Amino acid sequence: MPLNKPPLYEVHRGAGADFTDFGGWEMPVKFDSIRSEHAAVRESVGIFDVSHMSEVVVTGPDATAIMDRLTTNDVQTLDSGDAQYSCILDEEGVILDDTVVYRYPDGDGYLFVPNAGHGEQMAERWSQYASEFGLSVTVENQTDSTGLVAVQGPDSVETVEAVTSDPVGELSRFSWKQTEIAAVECHVARTGYTGEDGYEIFFPASDSEAVWEAFEDIQPCGLGARDTLRLEAGLLLSGQDFDPEDEPRTPLEAGLGFVVDLSKDEFIGRETLQDLEEAGVEERVVGIRIDERAIARHGYSILADGTEIGHVTSGTMGPTLNVPIALGYVETPFTETGTEIEVEVRGEPVEATVVDQRFLDSLESN
Amino acid sequence: MSFNVPEDRQYTESHEWTEPRDDVVRIGITDFAQDELGDIVFVELPDVGDEIEAGESFGVVESIKAVSDIYATVSGEIAAVNDEIRDQPELVNDEPFDGGWLIEIETNGDLDHLLSPSEYSEQI
Repeated sequence: MPLNKPPLYEVHRGAGADFTDFGGWEMPVKFDSIRSEHAAVRESVGIFDVSHMSEVVVTGPDATAIMDRLTTNDVQTLDSGDAQYSCILDEEGVILDDTVVYRYPDGDGYLFVPNAGHGEQMAERWSQYASEFGLSVTVENQTDSTGLVAVQGPDSVETVEAVTSDPVGELSRFSWKQTEIAAVECHVARTGYTGEDGYEIFFPASDSEAVWEAFEDIQPCGLGARDTLRLEAGLLLSGQDFDPEDEPRTPLEAGLGFVVDLSKDEFIGRETLQDLEEAGVEERVVGIRIDERAIARHGYSILADGTEIGHVTSGTMGPTLNVPIALGYVETPFTETGTEIEVEVRGEPVEATVVDQRFLDSLESN
Repeated sequence: MSFNVPEDRQYTESHEWTEPRDDVVRIGITDFAQDELGDIVFVELPDVGDEIEAGESFGVVESIKAVSDIYATVSGEIAAVNDEIRDQPELVNDEPFDGGWLIEIETNGDLDHLLSPSEYSEQI
C-alpha cells in the first residue's frame, strides 16, 4: 500500500529530512540529529509536523453522550474550549487507542485525535455505536483535510504568541482557542507529547505551508526526537507500549487508570475494568533504569533471579538524562520502585532498577 | 547528500572500512553508516587476542534509535581496540575514519575481496 505523504513532505525533503514509515505515513524522522532536536525542545523550542495524527469530528445533539460511552474519561466535565486525555477500549477493556478529546471553543461538538492510521477505524466505530445506541450524531474523519504541528519547549509561549493574532499565553494546560497564524484560521491547544510546555496547532491541510513557514526560525524536529522526548517524560506510545493485537493491555496495566472514570454509569469496557480494579492486575507498566552500558530495546526479556518476569516495550538512551531508560511490563510483585531486575540484552543479563516512569523527575533528582 | 569515502582504504557492502597499516589492518564504519545510525551512544567491542573470521560479527554499535552489528572485513587476531570510543562513542559520528576507528586485526589474509572506493561510492 502506498504511504501517505504529509502536505509538507516536499518542504521537509528540501530541508534535508530523513523519512520513516509511521502508521502508514512517510514522516520526517530527523532533520539534523535526534540529540540536537531533543535538546532544542528541552532547552528552548522545537516544531514537529504531526499531520500523521488522525482527526475525527463529532457533532450533533448526542455528541456528548457518544463521547462519554466510547471514551473512558468523564466528558461531561469538559467546558467549551477544554481538552482531556482519554482511552478508547474494546468490550474486554483492552486499549484500542489513546486520544485527546477537545470540546470546541464554541461548544459545538468535539474533535478527538486518534493515533496515526486509526482515524478511519475510529470514525467507523463511532458511527456504528451511534446507530446501535440510537444516538443522533454526525461523525467525520477529517484526517486528510487537517494539518497539525506541535510547538514544544520552555520558549513555546513567546514563540507561538509571536505569530498568532490573539494572545495564547493565558491558555491553561488542556485548553484551546481559535486564532489566526499567517492569516490561516487555526485551533491552538495547550497540549503536547514531550513533557514540556507547548502547543498543538490544527489548521486546514491546504494551508500547511503558510503555518509551517510562520515558524521558519524554529528548530524542526522529527519523530526520532519525539520518541526520545516522550519516553523521558514516561508517556506511552500507541502501537508499541500498548496495541490491541501485539500488546493487548487495559488502562490499569498501562498505568492509565487516572483517565478511567468508573463513576460513569456506562462506557465500553467498563465492566471488565471494574472487575480488574477489585481483583488487581497481574502485570503493570514500570519505568526501568539500565545500570550498565547497554540499551534495552522493544521485546527484550525482563528477568528477576534469572526467571522471566516481563518484557520491554520501549527503550532508548535518554538524551537529556544521559542514562539508558525503558518502559516495560512486569509481574505485579516486581513493580515497586527500587526493585532490582535484569534485562536480557543480546542474550546477556544486564543489571537494571525499577524507577518512576516519569524519568525526567525521578532520575534528575537522584 | 554526499558522503566522505577516503581513497586510501577499502570497503564492504555492510559499510565497514579497512585500512592497511604496518603490521595490521584498522577497521571502522563508514561516514554513510554513522549517518544512517544517527547519534551513537554505545560501542561493544571484542577483547584483544580474540580470533575472528571475515564476515563474522565482532561487535555492536548502538545509536539512540537502532542497534547494528559490525562485521569483520578480514580474518585474524584482534591486535588493538579503540578504548577512547568506550567513553566517547560520539567519536564514531564525528570522525568515522580517524578518531572513531574500532579495531585493529593482525591478518595474513589479503584484501582482494573488499570493495574499492569507487565501487563502494556507487552503492551508497
